[in-house]
Amino acid sequence: MTKAQLLLRERSVRERMTPPSRFGDEAFKWLTLTMALAVVLLIVLIGWQLARGSSLAIQKFGFSFLITSTWDPVAEQFGALPFIYGTAVSSLIALLIAVPLSIATAVYLTELAPLWIRQPIISLVEMLAAIPSVILGLWGIFVMIPWLRDYPFPFLKRILGWTPIFTGPIYGPSMLAGGIIIAVMIVPIITSVSREILRSVPDLQREAAYALGATRWEVTRIAVLSYAGKGLFGAVILGLGRALGETMAVTMVIGNTPQIAASLFKPGYTLASVIANEFTEATTDMYLQALFEIGLVLFGVTILVNLIAQLLLKTIARGASPRAVQ
Amino acid sequence: MTMRTRRKDRHSWRKLESALVSGLTFCSAIIVIAPLALVFFHVVKSGIGAVNLDFFTKLPKPVGTPGGGMANAIVGTLELLALASVIGIPVGVLGGVYLAEYGTARVNWVLRFIADVLNGVPSIIWGVVVYGLVVLRFKSFSAYAGGLALGLIMVPLILRTTEEVILLVPASYREAALALGIARWKTIAHIVVKTASRGIITGILLALARVGGETAPLLFTAFGNRFWNHDLREPIAALPLQIFTYAISPYDDWHRQAWAGALILVTGVFCVNVLVRIFTRVRAMPV
Repeated sequence: MTKAQLLLRERSVRERMTPPSRFGDEAFKWLTLTMALAVVLLIVLIGWQLARGSSLAIQKFGFSFLITSTWDPVAEQFGALPFIYGTAVSSLIALLIAVPLSIATAVYLTELAPLWIRQPIISLVEMLAAIPSVILGLWGIFVMIPWLRDYPFPFLKRILGWTPIFTGPIYGPSMLAGGIIIAVMIVPIITSVSREILRSVPDLQREAAYALGATRWEVTRIAVLSYAGKGLFGAVILGLGRALGETMAVTMVIGNTPQIAASLFKPGYTLASVIANEFTEATTDMYLQALFEIGLVLFGVTILVNLIAQLLLKTIARGASPRAVQ
Repeated sequence: MTMRTRRKDRHSWRKLESALVSGLTFCSAIIVIAPLALVFFHVVKSGIGAVNLDFFTKLPKPVGTPGGGMANAIVGTLELLALASVIGIPVGVLGGVYLAEYGTARVNWVLRFIADVLNGVPSIIWGVVVYGLVVLRFKSFSAYAGGLALGLIMVPLILRTTEEVILLVPASYREAALALGIARWKTIAHIVVKTASRGIITGILLALARVGGETAPLLFTAFGNRFWNHDLREPIAALPLQIFTYAISPYDDWHRQAWAGALILVTGVFCVNVLVRIFTRVRAMPV
């Protein structure tokens, strides 16, 4: 080997010995950090945009926006109470229907069902979650509402007609129909979150109850459900968060009339639907401002509800694991 | 009655009770999945008649003229999804990489928490925000605005699934690569992400299927369009928007088209979901 070749070889060895540049590592770390921080930025961005878009309305109407029930775009008088009421009532109906069904299904899927049937049902529930809201609304308009109008509604009226909530003429599009369609939409999420919660209950709990001679249902009731109570509550609150923000399907079946009526057969209106329906029709600045403020109210409430739900669910997840080890 | 028979009675009652509850919860499960079957049945029944070649190749016809299709809406939805991917995929995947590979436990807890809260933000709110950000500024509804709204919805979805699947990559893979002197970022990009790529793609596809059916965020961003969109700065049609407009219209002809559109949309969404489930097992809904 000539001297020149040796020199060349030594140089290339030395080059290889120099520590690699840290630049790539640092740059990549910062790049990913920036992207991860995007979620923080997004939440701030939403709040800021909504507050900016509604600042004039907030100044003009103040707190009375939340407790006034006049919604008159022509006279520029805006109060959100009918929408807050509609959102609250339709979500409550949805929870009353969806919670027992979802939790019972989750219990069935984790505790009681034969093993072979579990996966098919789990997949079907996930498919239900995948149906776009607008298609459920379409089905609601042309299939569910005519059916409700012909059978269950008259039945309810006949039996419970003496109460103020099931009186008056039956139109079809109504608060009750809205609540039912929301129930269909939130059942999958409550079911799958409840299922996760029930699955995280340590098997020791179950084994202990079985060892005492409990039947399958007694094991579920005594050892599993009482243990999972807080987490199941979290699942319900998460469902509530979804119910409050549900837009398309509700807009298509609730009737879209800003009124506060005791009867569930009467049409209603929700915060999300009024934005969906009237946003592009907002001809004056104040009208648009009022709709932004509706958005701000909806955002505030859903953020709060989701915070509570996530806190309940996350503290469960952290609390459950050490006990399972013991 | 002797002690023994009484105990036996009690035992058989308890067994009966257990069976009864099993039956009741089984019925709940049936009620829960019944809407899926009903919606699917009606969408196929009412939609199949209006699906033909014209539906995929023609523009919508004016009221009263039979025929026409939703070609522009189908292409529009694909364009919107492409635009959404440009924002949602890089931000979501890289953010997920940070959570799985770099973040400290506390930072991760906070970021994950915020991402989950963000997932709970009603999709219509995204529409309002993007309206304020883009539409008001440029004084026009546009495909860009619609794509942005959908992309932002995708970010927390993809971030969470990416993090989950990257955490499944065994630590020994990283250690082996680092022991060979490969830079950390190359290890992550070429080995960790590549190993997890199937799961990441699954997450992306599920997110696309989810936002592909979204209507609310498009109402006042993409706005809809009865013609072809030739400029992304102009309003664009989307399948869910078209279904909504037709569904609430008073015309029978349009109702039929709405069902046909629903059939196409549901088929697309279900196909993605089923294919993804066949190839991998990833949770569809991060909690």
